Amino acid sequence: MEKMISGKQVSVNEEGFLTDFSQWNKDIANEIAKEENIQLTERHWEVINYLQEQHRKEIPMSIRKIRNSGVVDIKEFYQLFPQGPLKTASKIAGIPKPVSCI
Amino acid sequence: MKKILILGAGTGGTMMANHLKKALNPKQWEISIVDENQTHYYQPGYLFLPFDIYQPEDIIKPIKEFIPEGVDLLHRKIDKIVAAENYVQFSDGGRIDYDILIVATGAKIAPEEVEGMKGAEWRNSIFDFYTFDGALALRDKLKEWRGGKLLVHITEMPIKCPVAPLEFAFLADSFFKHKKMRAQVDITFVTPLSGAFTKPKATEALGYLLQEKNIHIVEDFAIEKVDNENKKIIDYGDREISFDLLVTVPTNKGDELIARSEMGDELNFVPTNKTTLQSNAYKNVFVIGDASNIAVSKAGSVAHFEAEILTENILHYIHDEPLKSEFDGHTNCFIETGDGKALLIDFNYTHEPVEGTFPFPGVGPMQLLKESRMNHFGKLAFRWVYWNMLLPGKHIPFVPTEMNEAGKHFD
Repeated sequence: MEKMISGKQVSVNEEGFLTDFSQWNKDIANEIAKEENIQLTERHWEVINYLQEQHRKEIPMSIRKIRNSGVVDIKEFYQLFPQGPLKTASKIAGIPKPVSCI
Repeated sequence: MKKILILGAGTGGTMMANHLKKALNPKQWEISIVDENQTHYYQPGYLFLPFDIYQPEDIIKPIKEFIPEGVDLLHRKIDKIVAAENYVQFSDGGRIDYDILIVATGAKIAPEEVEGMKGAEWRNSIFDFYTFDGALALRDKLKEWRGGKLLVHITEMPIKCPVAPLEFAFLADSFFKHKKMRAQVDITFVTPLSGAFTKPKATEALGYLLQEKNIHIVEDFAIEKVDNENKKIIDYGDREISFDLLVTVPTNKGDELIARSEMGDELNFVPTNKTTLQSNAYKNVFVIGDASNIAVSKAGSVAHFEAEILTENILHYIHDEPLKSEFDGHTNCFIETGDGKALLIDFNYTHEPVEGTFPFPGVGPMQLLKESRMNHFGKLAFRWVYWNMLLPGKHIPFVPTEMNEAGKHFD
């Protein structure tokens, strides 16, 4: 489905995740973050950049990868993106959430 | 004489031994397969052991029964692969050279990855069912268990057969109903993902199952540690869930020999090209099944489809041709839902599981993404198919290597 985020028409799924990463920009990230009650800081951006870098390399994300990333430790990751941090951070980064087979 | 060496005689390795025996000229190629074990386990059967649906003898056979004549089966322990010099070092000091190496060393559980998981309560009130002895220990526990709070828990992804934990929860519901003690058991499914189902069509079609079976769900739970004393699992966000019986799927890792060979990622899975199945680091090393890091389900059906593609690509490699056979991520699984019913799913890298008919478009007889008794019989019949068709490397009739888009409802 289509949604207007920050003045731009983008494709999203039922949960509001972007389905086309090429449509992502920083304004969109800020607006999705606002919906999640998060004000993006420099630390948030470092995590978002890391997630996007891994996504481009087609590496599926997990809490373990975050822990080993050297970018952020898990306690801080939870502080930055409370409640389901991997899901929330992925949504703001414009990439799909981690999934299983069904 | 050139040498092709297969490491691991599980599902993937055994299938490759059978495929390559047929495909290669025995005057030019010597095929060897190494596995330290004598027994082949039918791993999909582990799900049924705890509920006494299968008996141990139903799911074990000697490895050698499935290795064709003319393939050298070596029961030796591997120390490491020295890929830069094309040989494998055995633990007892000997070595074997190869021209082509196939890594089929699988994945196994690593409960020690989570603090406290392998503590005082391990095999007391904490069990796994991803190992033969774990599944049997759980069977014995379930026989005497009087009820309470049962957690069915996934530690982290990726795991073998990602849907097995959910099947376990469904079968547990059935099991306790038949024992007339369902009211005394609270079943909660705990997952690090955003739900029991994570794909849109499956969520829509199957969401009712949890409600119908009164299975509670805790999502986005990234476990940090197990508190053995108070019987609780605790996540990084400081959420706590108490249990009387914890059935967990611990972290899954590739074999330690991959770490010793410095060929793996942080979970010892080998970085592999997802379409050609060639290792990213070495051109004469190929990877099949659970041992690779590619983003497909770690499951026998995947290894089966991979084996057909990999055989073609090894022939291309031998003839110095581009590796033009491409694996599409095809996966096909029966999913037990309890009460004598099951689901069937069929999907690949680009298409999520959807409703439809299988294997004949518009006809069936199997229904995709819908519960039916027929699918349950399909799951039980699969054990015969596994021993008699899959392992010997026979093509399964009507089930193409590349996923068929016909007969599926993709909107």
